[in-house]
Amino acid sequence: MKSIILSSASNYLLPLLLLFSVFVLLRGHYLPGGGFIGGLIASIAFILHAFANGLKKTRYLLRIHPGFLIPVGLTVAILSAVAPMIFADLPLLTGLWYPDEIPVIGKIGSALFFDTGVYLVVVGVSLTIIFTISETV
Amino acid sequence: MHSQLIILPILFQALIAVILLFLWSKPRTQRVVSVLGSGVSVIISALLFSQVWNNGIQTMQIGNWEPPFGISLVADTFAVVLVLLTSVVGFAVSIYSSTNVVSSRVKFGYYAMFHFLIMGLTGAFLTGDIFNLYVWFEVIIISSFVLLTIGGRKAQLEGAVKYFTLNMLASIVFLTAIAMLYGVTGSLNMAELSQIIPTIENKGLVSTISLIFFVGFGVKSGVFPLYFWLPASYHTPPAAVSALFGGLLTKVGVYAMIRVFTLLFPISGVNQTVFIVIAAFTIIFGGIGALVQKDMVRTFSYLIICHIGFMIGGLSMFTEMALVGVVFYMFHDIIVKANLFLIGGFTFRIFGNNKLSEMGGLMNNYPKLALLFVIPLFALVGIPPLSGFWPKISLFGASYETSNIGLLVAFIFASFITLFIIAKIWNQVFAKHASERDDLVKLKYFNQFTKREKTALIFPIVFLALITLYYGFFADHIQVLSERISYELMHPNEYFEAVFNIKNETTQ
Repeated sequence: MKSIILSSASNYLLPLLLLFSVFVLLRGHYLPGGGFIGGLIASIAFILHAFANGLKKTRYLLRIHPGFLIPVGLTVAILSAVAPMIFADLPLLTGLWYPDEIPVIGKIGSALFFDTGVYLVVVGVSLTIIFTISETV
Repeated sequence: MHSQLIILPILFQALIAVILLFLWSKPRTQRVVSVLGSGVSVIISALLFSQVWNNGIQTMQIGNWEPPFGISLVADTFAVVLVLLTSVVGFAVSIYSSTNVVSSRVKFGYYAMFHFLIMGLTGAFLTGDIFNLYVWFEVIIISSFVLLTIGGRKAQLEGAVKYFTLNMLASIVFLTAIAMLYGVTGSLNMAELSQIIPTIENKGLVSTISLIFFVGFGVKSGVFPLYFWLPASYHTPPAAVSALFGGLLTKVGVYAMIRVFTLLFPISGVNQTVFIVIAAFTIIFGGIGALVQKDMVRTFSYLIICHIGFMIGGLSMFTEMALVGVVFYMFHDIIVKANLFLIGGFTFRIFGNNKLSEMGGLMNNYPKLALLFVIPLFALVGIPPLSGFWPKISLFGASYETSNIGLLVAFIFASFITLFIIAKIWNQVFAKHASERDDLVKLKYFNQFTKREKTALIFPIVFLALITLYYGFFADHIQVLSERISYELMHPNEYFEAVFNIKNETTQ
């Protein structure tokens, strides 16, 4: 399925969708959004790219095997869950917050890192599944 | 009381699993990491056990939310002993896997899933929140499903479909029960529920909800008439996986049942009658099913069902003495059943299959191994002074005292059937002469193994047999432990006070 419209559109859509996925990830703490849905949007960006330009090019674009993102994401999530136990002697998953606001992003806390971990795991899992299926078809 | 130690057994398993995911394509390193990690987790669980033994029930409120709002982790003596036994069995199976599970399976993430499964089991034992219990059950189901299907042989997939369908169904029933309970009480915290449920006026509704819980847990633990998935799937994966399933997975169902029916819905009235009848049927049908099997591992699968009936039967009598028996029996059964499945994998490597008619001559050819294998087999029957004997005293005594003669008859019937089956296995496997064995296509026979591989197969069996002997010869230790657990289970107020931290204020 080669379509010049789709392939040139996907080149512009890829960075736009990735940016949007990060936006959804960041607003997720109090508003609809978060790591899971952000990760899905990011993987949609890559899947669209793969549809338009072929799997090979998307794999080259990604550089790493998407499956590698799963343990990385899990590590980030676990570390952010453990952080309150190590630094503050509080129970697992207690939110630690940096007191000052940071421009654009807003307040930063351990919950954001947990969500980032979820984001990475979701991207890793969905891309691994879709890539494996489209390779065998 | 707030303690960081309580989360560590769960967290540590997650950590090992993640490290193993990083080592995806390096099977040799994975084996080393898994064995070392399992060893460390035994130490962590032992530390947690000693803390609970000395200081009483430990709790942790995840995310530092006040008790009824967040998820509570509660480590009472019962949960902690099961966590310890889980990590001990995990350690044994991890060593056993280094020979029993081939590298192609390891490359599909066998070890990572193995540790996720142990994490799920540990979490299910430690959680004090009924919805969180459901989540841990899902973790267990998903990882056990992967373990069942890795390798992709036809028999495996067939077993896995049955396993997954019935367990998913059980999960849905369990979830429905939780939803109804939440609708009635507005809480999911088990400690708070134990205080709210007695005040509900609509007793009929409470009784209905409790029976829906019973159906959910009943399917998972393999209770009559919902046990058919168990013997259909447990013999299909490699012996290491079967050992983990046979030793621990059904026991999670029993654990959940004991927890829910002591803490939330203390057994009485109609429930008691239903439980007793179902326990008796489970014992009898499991026993008869085991009698007619021609495959050794399938025989063990049916014996699991039979002996689950012992635990449900003891629970249904609901006296302190009966619970002592149940708890002791459960501890004994976890170790012995895991060991029997490991032995099943071992004899497969000696004889080339596990059909009773084609095995034989173990006594003459491998006298030391025969002596080793006899320990768990005799412990299973309960030949004194081995471990199966002591809990049966409590169970028989309790059923006599509460004049449940039907249940007593079922217990004795099952003990005789087990004895008969062990005698049959003895005749077929140990005594008679072996028939010619076929050549294995992919696997090596035991006498072709290197010394390291042989040790990896024998050590876990010796290790678990030693624990069985400890249960037998130091039964007073376990008896004291079981009595304390049974006291805690029959007095749920202590559980409530520990979670809501009431005790400290009154004593100070």
